[in-house]
Amino acid sequence: MGSVTREQRIASFETHPDRYHHWKLTIDGPVASLAMSVDPAFGQRADDYELKLNSYDMGVDIELHDAVERLRFEHPEVRAVVVTSAVARIFCAGANIKMLATSMHGFKVNFCKYTNETRLGIEDATRTAGQTWIAALNGTASGGGYELALACDEIYLIDDGNSAVSLPEVPLLGVLPGTGGLTRLVDKRKVRRDVADVFCTKAEGFRARDAKRMRLVDGSFSRSGWEAGVQQVAAAAVARSPARASQGVPLPPLEVVDSPTGRAYKYVTSVINAEDRVAHLTVRAPEGAAPGSAEALRAEGAQTWSLRAFRELEDALLHLRFNHAEIGVILLHTQGDPAAVLAHDAALADLAGDWFADEIRSFQGRVLRRIDNTARTFFALIEPGSCFVGTLFELVLAADRSYMLQDDDGAVSVQVTAASAGGFPMDTGATRLAVHFAGEPAKVGEVLAMGAPINAADAEEIGLVTFAPDEIDWDDEVRIAIEERASMSPDALTGMEQNLRFVGLETCDTKIFGRLSAWQNWIFQRPNAVGDSGALTLYGFPERPRFDWRRT
Amino acid sequence: MTAIDYEARIPNNVDLASDKRLQRALEKWQPAFLDWWGAMGPEGFQGRDVFLRTAVSAHADGWAVFDYVKMPDYRWGIFLSDRVPDRKIAFGDHAGLPAWQEVPGEYRNMLQRLIVTQADTEPASVEQQRYLGQTAPSLYDLRNLFQVNVEEGRHLWAMVYLLQAYFGRTGHEEADALLVRRSGDADHPRILDAFNQKCPDWLTFFCFTTFTDRDGKYQLGALAESGFDPLARTCRFMLTEEAHHLFVGEKGVQRVLTRSAELTALDPNGDARNQGGIDLDTIQKYVNYWFSYSLDLFGGEISSNAADFFASGLKGRWKEESKYEDHICTDAVQMVPVYRDGRLVEEAVPLRNAMNEVLRQEYADDCDKVVGRWNRALESAGSSFRIKLPSTRFHRRQGIYADQAYSPDGEPISSELFEANRSRWLPTDADRAYVASLMTRGVYEPGKVAHWISPPDKGIDGRPAEFEYVRLT
Ligand SMILES: [Fe+2]
Ligand SMILES: [Fe+2]
Repeated sequence: MGSVTREQRIASFETHPDRYHHWKLTIDGPVASLAMSVDPAFGQRADDYELKLNSYDMGVDIELHDAVERLRFEHPEVRAVVVTSAVARIFCAGANIKMLATSMHGFKVNFCKYTNETRLGIEDATRTAGQTWIAALNGTASGGGYELALACDEIYLIDDGNSAVSLPEVPLLGVLPGTGGLTRLVDKRKVRRDVADVFCTKAEGFRARDAKRMRLVDGSFSRSGWEAGVQQVAAAAVARSPARASQGVPLPPLEVVDSPTGRAYKYVTSVINAEDRVAHLTVRAPEGAAPGSAEALRAEGAQTWSLRAFRELEDALLHLRFNHAEIGVILLHTQGDPAAVLAHDAALADLAGDWFADEIRSFQGRVLRRIDNTARTFFALIEPGSCFVGTLFELVLAADRSYMLQDDDGAVSVQVTAASAGGFPMDTGATRLAVHFAGEPAKVGEVLAMGAPINAADAEEIGLVTFAPDEIDWDDEVRIAIEERASMSPDALTGMEQNLRFVGLETCDTKIFGRLSAWQNWIFQRPNAVGDSGALTLYGFPERPRFDWRRT
Repeated sequence: MTAIDYEARIPNNVDLASDKRLQRALEKWQPAFLDWWGAMGPEGFQGRDVFLRTAVSAHADGWAVFDYVKMPDYRWGIFLSDRVPDRKIAFGDHAGLPAWQEVPGEYRNMLQRLIVTQADTEPASVEQQRYLGQTAPSLYDLRNLFQVNVEEGRHLWAMVYLLQAYFGRTGHEEADALLVRRSGDADHPRILDAFNQKCPDWLTFFCFTTFTDRDGKYQLGALAESGFDPLARTCRFMLTEEAHHLFVGEKGVQRVLTRSAELTALDPNGDARNQGGIDLDTIQKYVNYWFSYSLDLFGGEISSNAADFFASGLKGRWKEESKYEDHICTDAVQMVPVYRDGRLVEEAVPLRNAMNEVLRQEYADDCDKVVGRWNRALESAGSSFRIKLPSTRFHRRQGIYADQAYSPDGEPISSELFEANRSRWLPTDADRAYVASLMTRGVYEPGKVAHWISPPDKGIDGRPAEFEYVRLT
């Protein structure tokens, strides 16, 4: 009886607290409260599912992501964020099962990836913005609900004899808690792995006393002591995190011209060539002088190139991921004056320690990591008029391959700066430059020390770019490479790229994408989950699943 | 220290005397139960002789033995109905296979949850009713209250037996937790909402035993069909006791109705309150309140839990085996009125997912019959007033009708209209205060009854109504 799955587009990844359907954001001095109150009727495919029991879909998570980012930029005064529920007795029931069961495979994968990135963003806010996220579970947190709590720095569960934390995915749905749950249990919270095994197979989970003993939560309060207890925890977090600023920077809506062939922003253009299954993603350099002081930077606010260009880049990437499944190869271009890029980079670097400058760089890092985690081939094309320098050179390093035109007068160049020295770590914690030169670590320092433009011949010689064809060969080389790439199995390419990109040691973050998500995506394809009698298919239906008992 | 004589202390038919493991578990739990009874059982009267029935065996000659007993000495026993030889699972995906004599690992958690939820209601109602002895309208009623209370205690024992005997460590922990939660407690409430409501007066008590204990009857009936045989047998025996609780409720309300009809007729303005009685409109409001609260106990109208419970063979329908032909129910649907775009439309719900609703409808039909009998009593008393059972959509706080207001007839209405009529449909604070004002102290003289209620038409166990059911001297 499999459910009908449906194609889904995401019209917009932007929202604003004034328009939230599913969250209530209130700010009281240094403490923000983000209360989940999902409107069941406002699912993105309201005909297919109802968002009952504070369950979520993409729309709910877009709002959550918006809140995470806005708190950082618009409310730097906030030092503690309390995530809780405005629905009685339920904190959150996780991703909506009906939504998952009626979604296409690709959408499910992208949904999980996006939600994982949002939760990584929560951890990043705690770590780098001094905004400590606290999960105040005033009702049962199951599945993705508990996984959201796991992304917070501390978890408190109400001790009312009823409310529990649980990961029922394996026993009830035949899938994994794939939004970081398994990884964070053992790698982040260091729950003993045999204890975690018990927890992950017990559908109804554990209530406060046991949950605390098993380290599933950090503490609990009775119903009558709840408000005061949570307030105290938030106050303690505030006390640990020195005040940063009192005035934030508003994030206005992006200005974009949307057409069937792409999206055009001020600094970014995304052009879709559906026939060839190729997209061109271009980032343009800033015009005009870089802000010379913290005040000048603040005056530019969200319009400053370093922030605006990367907000646009993020939005373009998300649209490619969700709304252009057929695009296999994304070609990265840059355009403009390299000196202007370097000047804007330098302005931010000089202002290191200023909260807004730091936030912008941190944000650029998150956008670059979205590229690392995007399941499309990236080729960087370094041509005349390009500006792959400094921050934008990270695009070359993020790409699976790079092609640099070797022109006669040696005008095409790239430049590696301190931007590649540690400001933008990958999920592994390593820099893209160190990963690039994993086999020749000495080169990292050499390249960073050069401090000047590098032409194509040298770049190829050093190994900074993959190929450097001359003007005669360029067109054919590049065209054939793209056509060849676009003709290979998309699944094999995704697997290959993800394996080759993340050189080096694993972290919690890479395990979430590389181990947890990868297994989840395997399970999502298997009959035991999504076949006619699979557990996910039949969840909520009167029939019980029938498994193929053979293990691999 | 001498070994406890289990047969004498805890009458049972589960061979407790030779079950060392169960003895160990109960040795620890029994003192905790007695502590709980002391703290949360009936306030006062614990040292008094009460004319109670005790079950000393599961058979006709032993399930109702009447004698004077002091409540703390009541012998809370463990009884299962006789085993049906070669019993098969009657419904769901395992229909036709032998009934489980041990907990099937696959359904352990689900089963435990079912049992804990049922078990939690038993001590809860004792807690809710603990002060009522102070205001009893007669010794007869006082005795009935205590009978219900000790039997709810025994129902707790019955459920705890299953947890202790079949569920290992988590079963022991859940058994302990049943004595920790408290009805209405802010920090450790009972699991279900109706069991956290106050039961401050005797009209409430009679409505509660009519409507909320009747939910118990249907839940037990559905569990009596369970493929887990020890649960089925336990519940079958509990049902025999439950019948008395329902009797106490139904007859109690009926006696109030009869008296109210008399006092209404007596009063020149037709106002029973002027005559020191409860007016019929107020009784109707209490009925509306407790019927709707009890409906919530059946769970969501469209429920995947309900489907799972049925599919796994753990919880059937009322009289599943004898009443139905199709015990698989994968192809059938149930029509359920659902509110869509401003009106109610009938929607087909897969039958398994609608099992809560199927049970709820059985229950509502049964309640309808009770109301029919009340109305005949009103007729006999010469009153033209008729009690009317509200729609199952009225005043719901759980399930698909919780988000929209409905009139007592079940018509969708605006929440403004509902609020405007709230005081006509549901008891107000003033109504409750008035009812309580009639019941400020107990009537303890044998044969006497309070002014606001009729005497019972007969006594207990063939004794006359004026029998000294509770010895207060
Ligand atoms: Fe009971
Ligand atoms: Fe009862």
